[in-house]
Amino acid sequence: MQRIDVLYFAWVRERIGLPRERVETDAATVAGLVAELAAREERYALAFADLASLRVALDQELADFDAPLEGVREVAFFPPMTGG
Amino acid sequence: MRISVQEAAFDAGAEANAFTAGLTGAGAVVTFTGIVRDNGGRLAAMEIEHYPGMTERAIGAMVDEATQRWALADALVIHRHGRLEANAPIMMVATASAHRADAFAAAEFLMDYLKSRAPFWKKEIGADGAEWVAAKDEDEAALGRW
Repeated sequence: MQRIDVLYFAWVRERIGLPRERVETDAATVAGLVAELAAREERYALAFADLASLRVALDQELADFDAPLEGVREVAFFPPMTGG
Repeated sequence: MRISVQEAAFDAGAEANAFTAGLTGAGAVVTFTGIVRDNGGRLAAMEIEHYPGMTERAIGAMVDEATQRWALADALVIHRHGRLEANAPIMMVATASAHRADAFAAAEFLMDYLKSRAPFWKKEIGADGAEWVAAKDEDEAALGRW
């Protein structure tokens, strides 16, 4: 069991209704964590319905959904960035 | 090199002058300032959310890469977050080099990367509600040229 801080930004944060939470998980990859979260409640299922519209960062570095979670302390989910 | 992620407004002219005054050995300065478009009067304000920590880190990595690719005497990135009124400056990039080609290229590179690789999210607040700005395909495609 691994303890991870999960952060949400922009419409992902609004849809889930939380900016961050601590999650205990056995998931080996980001995709595994997403499946666990999506199975929790409707608001999570809605937020994670379309992974193509989401980006993920592991310990503040952009990553892929098949990336391993081993040793990761912070996972963030957000839509494509719109800076500049 | 200076990176500032800030809520406060900034004076683009004063920043450009201070940036230029601090240079040695440069022959060219390029500056870009992004401002909040009012969308023909329909936009009341813009809210910019960001990911504290990752934002500074991501911009730092972009500036590092720019200094490796081009011969820069200095670079500056300012990016605001929080609530911004229409026509207010959002962000600014300044680059300095011995000759203009490097300064222009590095400024364009930094702008392209700030658009879609720095963790900011814009929300437009209008008279008829608020909406997250969708990322544009052409902004993603623009990274391909680097």
